[in-house]
Order: sequence, then C-alpha cells, then structure tokens
Amino acid sequence: MVRVAVGVKRVIDYAVKIRVKPDGSGVVKDSVKHSMNPFCEIAVEEAVRLKEKKIAKEIVAFTIGPKQSAETLRTALAMGCDRGVHVNVDQAQLDALTPLQISKMAAKIAETEAADLLLMGKLAIDGDYGQTAAMTAAILDWPQATNLYSLQHNGDSATVEREIDGGLETNEIKTPAVLSVDLRINQPRYATLPNIMKAKKKKVKAVKPADLGVDVAPTLNVIKVAEPPVRAAGEIVEDVDTLISKLKDAGRI
Amino acid sequence: MLRSVRKGAKYQRALSASSPIFPGSGLNEDQLVWQDAAQKWGAAELGPFSAEWDAKCHYPIDVIKSSAEQGFLGLYTSEDVGGMGLSRLETSIVVEALSEHCVPTTAMMTIHNMVSWMIDVNGTPEQREEYCPRLTSGEIIGSYCLTEPGSGSDASALATTCVRDGDDYVLNGSKCFISGAGVHDLYAVMVRTDPATKGPKGISCVLIPKDTPGLSFGADETKMGWKSHPTKVLIMENCRVPVSNLLGVEGKGFNIAMSGLNGGRVNIASCSLGGAQKAMLAAKEHLGVRKAFGKTLDSQQYLQYKMAELATQLVTSRLMVRHAAAAIDQKDPAAASLCAMAKLHATDNCSEVANGCLQMFGGYGYLKDYPCEQIVRDLRVHSILEGANEVMRLIISRQLLSE
Repeated sequence: MVRVAVGVKRVIDYAVKIRVKPDGSGVVKDSVKHSMNPFCEIAVEEAVRLKEKKIAKEIVAFTIGPKQSAETLRTALAMGCDRGVHVNVDQAQLDALTPLQISKMAAKIAETEAADLLLMGKLAIDGDYGQTAAMTAAILDWPQATNLYSLQHNGDSATVEREIDGGLETNEIKTPAVLSVDLRINQPRYATLPNIMKAKKKKVKAVKPADLGVDVAPTLNVIKVAEPPVRAAGEIVEDVDTLISKLKDAGRI
Repeated sequence: MLRSVRKGAKYQRALSASSPIFPGSGLNEDQLVWQDAAQKWGAAELGPFSAEWDAKCHYPIDVIKSSAEQGFLGLYTSEDVGGMGLSRLETSIVVEALSEHCVPTTAMMTIHNMVSWMIDVNGTPEQREEYCPRLTSGEIIGSYCLTEPGSGSDASALATTCVRDGDDYVLNGSKCFISGAGVHDLYAVMVRTDPATKGPKGISCVLIPKDTPGLSFGADETKMGWKSHPTKVLIMENCRVPVSNLLGVEGKGFNIAMSGLNGGRVNIASCSLGGAQKAMLAAKEHLGVRKAFGKTLDSQQYLQYKMAELATQLVTSRLMVRHAAAAIDQKDPAAASLCAMAKLHATDNCSEVANGCLQMFGGYGYLKDYPCEQIVRDLRVHSILEGANEVMRLIISRQLLSE
C-alpha cells in the first residue's frame, strides 16, 4: 500500500467578488472569505478514495501558508487525511512565492514524508499558474500526469485519463509519480461536523521553509495589479460591407 | 465549494465581512467552521429543492436522514449517544445557516433534535441507549406532541388520559398540529397521568413508537406554509405502551416539555433568521438589477432606507437569538424569558423582513418563481407555534413584573 502526499492551498473563496486595492499593489484580502482551493479539494477527495480502496495506507496533507492555513489543513484532515504538514510563511511571503519555490518545498516534503504518490490540484484559483505539479515532478525526477479525469492505480504504475483540448488522453505512467487533478475527476465529500471534530485530534507538523532548504526571498516583483478593462459595448452594423470596412479601420484585417 | 454549484445550487456572491448582515459577525474560528459546513451542505442538499418540495408537498425524509452523517440530527445531544454535543449557540448558528436554504426542512430537523435531547437528558440509561443512538443516526425520526384540539396556549389544560394498567399505560385522547405525524417513528407525547390534578403537575411525558396498536393519524392538513412536511392529528384509542416508556417520572412531564421548548424556541427563531437572510440577499440583488425611472432601484433613497431598516430588524433578531442561546448554555436564571424574548422578537421581525423584501420585487414578489413568497408563507407559522407570541409576552411579563 502506498503513502500519498496531497498539497492544499488556502485561497480567496471562489464566490467572493475580488476587489483590487486602490494602490494597485494587489487584491483586497483582509476580512475576505478564504477557503481551500477547489482543485485541492478534488485532490484530497481523490487521495481519500485511494485509502478507501485500500490502495493508500496513509494520506499526508501539506500546505504552505500563514497560520490561517491551519484551517485549510483541518478541512483536509476532516475529509479523511491522516496527518498534516504546515510550512509556515506569512501572507506577504506567500503572495510573493513563485511556483518554482513552492515546487521545491513540495518535492522536499514528498521525500521527507516518503510519499509514493504526490497529488495536487491542476492550478490554484488565485495565481492560476498551473505549473506546480509539473515543476515538482521535474525536481523529483518522477513521472507526471496533469489535468486528470480519472486515475487507476495498478501498484507499480497508474493508468490515467487526462483532459486535453482534443478530448481525453489515456496514459500509463510508472509510479511514484506526481499527479494533478482536473474538475471532473470526482465530486468532493463534505467535511462533516463529526469529522471536523475528530480532525482536531490529528497531528500536524510545523515546518519552516529553511528546514526544507528553500529560500523564500522574493524572486518575482509584482509591479501592478489592475482590473481587466470594462468590456465595451458592441456595435451592430447594417451589412457585410460596413462590417469589413469597420474591421479594416480598427486594424483587425 | 464548487460541489454545491455543480449540484445545481444557485451561484451567489459571498457576503463580505463588512456587510452589516454578515452572519459570521462576532463568531470565533470554530463557530465559523460549523457555519460554513452547514452552509455548504444546505446550499447543495436543500436550497435547489426547497421550492419544488413546497410546490409538490413532498417530504424529503431521505434527505433529513442523510443529514445524520453531517451531525445535524443530534446537534445538542450528548456525544456518548451519537450526538455532536454542541452548545446551543453553536446549534443556533448551524440551524440559521441551514434554514437559509430551506426553512421547513430545517425546522423539522430541529423538532427532531429537541426530542432527541429530551430523551438524552430525562431518560433512564436504558431509554437513552434504546432511543438516542437511533435518533442521532437518523434511523428513527421523532415528533413532539403537546397541543390538543382543546388546548394550545393553555397547554397545561391538556386532557389526554394516561391510566396505569398493570405494566402498561393506556392512553386515550388526541393531539393536533403534529409535524411529521404518520411518517415519523417515535412520538414524545404529553399526557395526564393524574386526573385529580388539573394543571401541569398532573402531566407526564410518554414515548410512543409509530406502530403501537391504538395509535392512528388523521388526514394531512393543508397549510399556508411548511408544506413539505406532513402535519396531522394524532389519535390514541386505548393505546397501550409499557410503563418503561414513561420519560422521567410521573408529574414531571410538563417540566420536560417546557425545558425542551426553551431550546425549541431558539431553534424556531434561528429558522426565522435564515429565511429572512435569504430574502434580504434576494432583495439586495434585485435592487441592483431592476430599473425604474431611469436608474436601478438601489439608487432610490426610500428603498435604501427601507433596506437599512429591514437589515437592522434582521441583525437585532440575530443578536437576541444568539444571546438567548448563550443564556441556556450558561444556565442563566433568566434563560426562559430570554428565549421567549428571542422567539417573540425574531419571528415577528423576520416575518416583517421577508414581507418587506417581497415588496421590493413588486409584482414579481407575488410569483412563485421568486423566493420571497415561500419565505413569507413558511415564516408565518413561527409566530404561532412553539408557544404563540402572545404566550411569549406572558412569560416575559410574568418574570419581569414579579420582582
């Protein structure tokens, strides 16, 4: 049976209306509802199902974030993960971290926790990078399969279906591997009240980025954050000739 | 989460913590977690179906039973019999969050919770073991039976007789307006065991399982609201139960009934809060979309001020309910009158909020396609049951003026 590590991230809740700070330095986060990244929930669900199928013997959930990320970890534990690892960085540091730095930490955790499978969401809805899973696999020199629609674990290998633009692509990859999940692979269970209570007793290990050998000094400088331009009204034209001349005037053709 | 959206829940922008009607205001981390869990489940399992259940008078007993694994069927019942052991304040927070998605189903769940607690606290070890784990797991669902055709507010004048005959009690009489009657498995019934004593001290509480010979039910009432669950008359004709079904001791039945009702009143008031919250969110959205006289309705000062008033009614109700819940938790000696106050204030004010929000929709508010008319119909009974609001005034004034 394998040990699964699953990464979870605390992000602004998907239903919140995002507001840009007046100084353009970022988005408003204070007093704004945060939740587990929806794709991370799906990854946790997939991990818990592996345990229910008796393929996984233990699930370790890990997160990188400020002390509020402990709530996100507790949700993962309430959904069925066995224990947690919390890499402590403050909110400002977290906002400045790049997928490369995150991947280095994730790779180290996979090693120190002796994981046979590393699961994560295909992307986080705040950064929208979608790079972490692939980078982590490269650092670990493990096979990777991203944007999973289905996962079948076969011991030394796994058969996966990936959602690609053209449809579904079926791959067989060797394990251990890094896998990232897409929206339709499963529907996550609720963290029930009884399980939330039980999760309080599950162990969470506190770790610093330095313990993982990763430097969190910013390598990326965000110059400006702005709302996308307001969508302008369209224009209805009389006939095709007018359409063509307008497109030419706008430099489109 | 996306689960609720994928299941067909209406996608709705989350309220920020700066909103005066933000329900998480003043709550600690744990309480916010309970609230969030209840919100998510309610949004996915209740919200998308509430209107349909109302229209078809369909009782979603399977959904209620499924809520057991969420811990919703034994919120303040002890953990050793399968309950969650939450405080009344935490319970109120959960109930309020659920009722935002379906008032009648949540209200029915709270009645079941009340019965479960009554047995938990007043039952013998055998009774607790016999009933509570099955109640908290949803294997059996409970109903509470106090009101009779001849006695509602004058509850202690109840007339159902309960006569000892060997190792049994024989019951004769009827109860009315019983929620869940005919479908539920266990009935906690207040009966008169001492015919010589006319008032509360002659009353006992007896547990009657559904298929007991001599127990039957009337026809389903046709109601203004709470249409999704059955409400029937309960008839006892030489209905025989073993004496071991007596809850507590003879003569203590009225106390048991009333102590259950303190929590029941906070529960019903909490259900009013959820309904009003849903109405406010719907009205707020409508005002930002609907145009009249060249601008959106939320530019009209009268409507702005009216919404401010309705919001204030909602939040004062919420504060009173949470205060009363905390009073039960702290064994505050004023708890009974605070619960009466909370029930009186929240049920009436939240009905006004729902009605005010309906008005915001104009003609559309009168249509079943919009949420307010169902909320108004569902909340109306909250000012009547679990102690009519007139009786709440009696309870408050009696305590207030006695010292």
